Amino acid sequence: MSPRPGFVLDVDRSTPPTLFWHGERFSLERLPEGSRVIYAPEPIEPLKDPSAAIRAALTHPVGDQEPLPSLLRPDMKLTIAFDDISLPLPPMERPDIRQLVIEQVLDMAAEAGVDDVALIVALALHRRMTEPELRHALGDRIYDAFAPNGLLTQHDAEDPDALTHLGLTDEGEDVEINRRAAESDLLVYVNINLVAMDGGHKSVATGLASYKSLRHHHNPLTMQRSKSFMDQHRSELHSANWRMGRLIAEVGPTIFQIETTLNNDTFPTAVKFLQKREWEWKAKDRMGYLAASTALDRTPARYARQIFQSVKAPHRMTSVQAGEVEAVHAITTDHVWVQQGVVVEGQTDILTMGLPYISPYNVNSILNPILVACLGLGYLFNMYRGKPLVREGGVLIMTHPTPWEFNPVHHPSYIDFFEQVLTETTDPVEVADRFEESFATDPWYIHLYRTGHAYHGVHPFYMWYWCAHALQHLGGVIIVGGDAAAVHRLGFRAASTLADALEMATDVVGPSPTLTHLHAPPILMADVQ
Amino acid sequence: MKALVFERNLPRFAASRVASVLGSGRGAGIGPLQLVEAGAPELPGDGWFHLTPLLSGICGSDLATVDGRSSRYFEDLVSFPFVPGHEVVGVLEAGGTDHTGRSLAPGTRAVIEPVLGCAPRHIHPVCPYCAEGRTGLCGNVAFGALEPGLQTGFCTDTGGGWSTAPLCAHTSQLHAVPESFSDEDAVMVEPTACAVHAVLSAGVADGDVVAVIGAGTLGLATTAALHYPVGPATSCTVLVGAKYAFQRTRAEALGADTVVSPDQLARAVRRQSGSLVLAGRLTDGADVVFDCVGSSESITQALAMVRPRGRVVLVGMPGRVTVDLAPLWHRELTLVGAYAYGTESPPGAAEPHRTFGLAIGLVASAGLGSLVSAAYPLERYEEAIAHAGAAGRRGAVKVVFDLRNRNHRNDRKGSTR
Repeated sequence: MSPRPGFVLDVDRSTPPTLFWHGERFSLERLPEGSRVIYAPEPIEPLKDPSAAIRAALTHPVGDQEPLPSLLRPDMKLTIAFDDISLPLPPMERPDIRQLVIEQVLDMAAEAGVDDVALIVALALHRRMTEPELRHALGDRIYDAFAPNGLLTQHDAEDPDALTHLGLTDEGEDVEINRRAAESDLLVYVNINLVAMDGGHKSVATGLASYKSLRHHHNPLTMQRSKSFMDQHRSELHSANWRMGRLIAEVGPTIFQIETTLNNDTFPTAVKFLQKREWEWKAKDRMGYLAASTALDRTPARYARQIFQSVKAPHRMTSVQAGEVEAVHAITTDHVWVQQGVVVEGQTDILTMGLPYISPYNVNSILNPILVACLGLGYLFNMYRGKPLVREGGVLIMTHPTPWEFNPVHHPSYIDFFEQVLTETTDPVEVADRFEESFATDPWYIHLYRTGHAYHGVHPFYMWYWCAHALQHLGGVIIVGGDAAAVHRLGFRAASTLADALEMATDVVGPSPTLTHLHAPPILMADVQ
Repeated sequence: MKALVFERNLPRFAASRVASVLGSGRGAGIGPLQLVEAGAPELPGDGWFHLTPLLSGICGSDLATVDGRSSRYFEDLVSFPFVPGHEVVGVLEAGGTDHTGRSLAPGTRAVIEPVLGCAPRHIHPVCPYCAEGRTGLCGNVAFGALEPGLQTGFCTDTGGGWSTAPLCAHTSQLHAVPESFSDEDAVMVEPTACAVHAVLSAGVADGDVVAVIGAGTLGLATTAALHYPVGPATSCTVLVGAKYAFQRTRAEALGADTVVSPDQLARAVRRQSGSLVLAGRLTDGADVVFDCVGSSESITQALAMVRPRGRVVLVGMPGRVTVDLAPLWHRELTLVGAYAYGTESPPGAAEPHRTFGLAIGLVASAGLGSLVSAAYPLERYEEAIAHAGAAGRRGAVKVVFDLRNRNHRNDRKGSTR
């Protein structure tokens, strides 16, 4: 039976309660009659033979690009860059797609006699990956062959000796990227395209860039003009990356882009009910829910976090394409839409969403309050094409415990951002004007980013900028079940129950509002007509 | 007339110490402090005048005394029984002369500079410190014509501010209150003078990063003294650790550049100074740290956030503390006390100024009278002291005794808040 497409359920009297994520917990909430619930399409069939598909993509590239074997020669400098720990979510079961793809690229390079090969984690201003994380992404064979010899490195956006300024775009934007990548004869970039935003020219122009380059598009105005940043054609974020990417294509190395898509088979068998539609739950699913929710309610938050962070998703590859960047990305985006797209008729007054335990920036870490805001207002709010799911002036209700808690190793500048910036203002533009530079150039944050496992000092600003479009669009944000002080610090309102939140929302949107619930994860994209 | 009298009574002293475990100020109800009928103490000699208290503040050192937590260092520097209260604005019912020898008419309001140095003790010649105007450093506070007592409010001969009966004030202690001042403004002059002295003795320079630990009366007054020019203005960056939301608001209003919770102050200093972190301490840090708390924790925190060769100024009265001084040695830090007041020589000033004169100016320019948050009649002293002991938690800064009779209260503007 072929997988069913996405679905918009109209809630009526017979509709069972709807599952809401609440960080490392979840609950069943009864939505008012007339509400809508948007469900993602079911996981589409994965490629039957991923290895064969990868080989085919490498040898039959799309766009104006030669097959990979014909680009390889013995005396060349080859660099393979790949996505970091932020993709996919949750991390996938072994073997990771990056391992499958890079193994074949390396095999072809070996066959061609290429000696000068280096691997670079394209982490931009994200934290450096740990050895276990790298082994998971690449496999032990690649890790052991490259890491001990210094041939597996993590991009360092703060090492002036490891960066090259390639020039300015027509708009005057600096294009400064990793020197090794820029000076290579061939740069192979291996993507995992979890959402429509990923990939394309953004891979190199962002993943291997410096702060000097990133600041041109990672800013509040760009994000406010990206409606949404998941829709390449209406995204200023993408326009800037495309300008930069075309400059790189013109003056930089030859780029061989490899993009892969996944199905949305997100959760392992034991908790498969999390991605099912509630009215189709069988006895086994109901038992699973009861057992899991009861156990989690009795588990301290720290241990619950450990349990969930250990979850590996059974994602499977649904497509792989390689070649010239733009041609590759067009095909990739179509595949992402097939898996995630849901047509939705019209906007809503109130949009609800249950926030899970994970975002791109807290893998093996804590979803701190800033990341809670970013997950809801940055990522899930922007999962649309056309118009936002919620009308302008509408209310977003999110459920999450929003603990006043930070991982000091991963997110040191987030703590100071929360304590010293959000106490002054929550306006993204003012935040940028008054505080960004001092955080971005702080020598301690730079030290921790370069030598430890810390996100760059400016990263919490980017998370806040990610929210800029939603903050401008919405009439109010309410977090249900969150730490009230933390929620207020974010500039949002706190409610203890969903019913209270709905009551509070009517102050903003008026009586008898329309309500839509975004039932994610699994990830979905609303095509709002 | 009534007065609160502190007796030497060891069992009650011990009881107050035990009670204080429940909270600062809890020793008032069970300790050696007693409300008694009292008259005006006899004037100790020439140059002394009776000053009838109008408002008298409750400060941290008073709370430590009431709770039996004062350092034993002070044991020989007080004489029993004494009437506490050294933050006093009062009225000279029969007139007098001020510290400059200027005649003050009957009914003049005045504040007292409470240090009992050589002049009030009729010691001649005065000690070198008093000769320089640094009366706070006088070593004769247990000698001369008075019983021991480092200040009014700790000496059996002078009386004190926690009384509706007059106290004895020496001409050298008296500063007339400007007509424009409310009584609340006036009662803030003494703690403000402590802050002014601390700031001027710290050698804050242009461009310095300055941290203030604590945002009670002393912390806020210190913040104000850093912002408002009590001497030539300096353009320093002031970061304040404030525990409560209203303290944050107050500190910002008084000129703090950054206000954070106390546990975040070191992080804010680190960011401001562009410092790295090594073993929990900053590699650089604030040029000057004012510790307006005076606990083991606050001193340790101060030593961890000050830059090498920087200065930590103890503004709040410390008692016996446990502090690891290794960073002081290793980073060549200067740890200095800032007690009381006297005469200041602000950098660039043509001539010395009395600290109280500068404080009166600062109270006026910064509106520090608004820090008086609650006033109690003497009869409700237990409540008043408990309120002062929990001031921050209860949204208060300065708690005072209101000793005015009804007529007097109506005469003064801003007398009830």
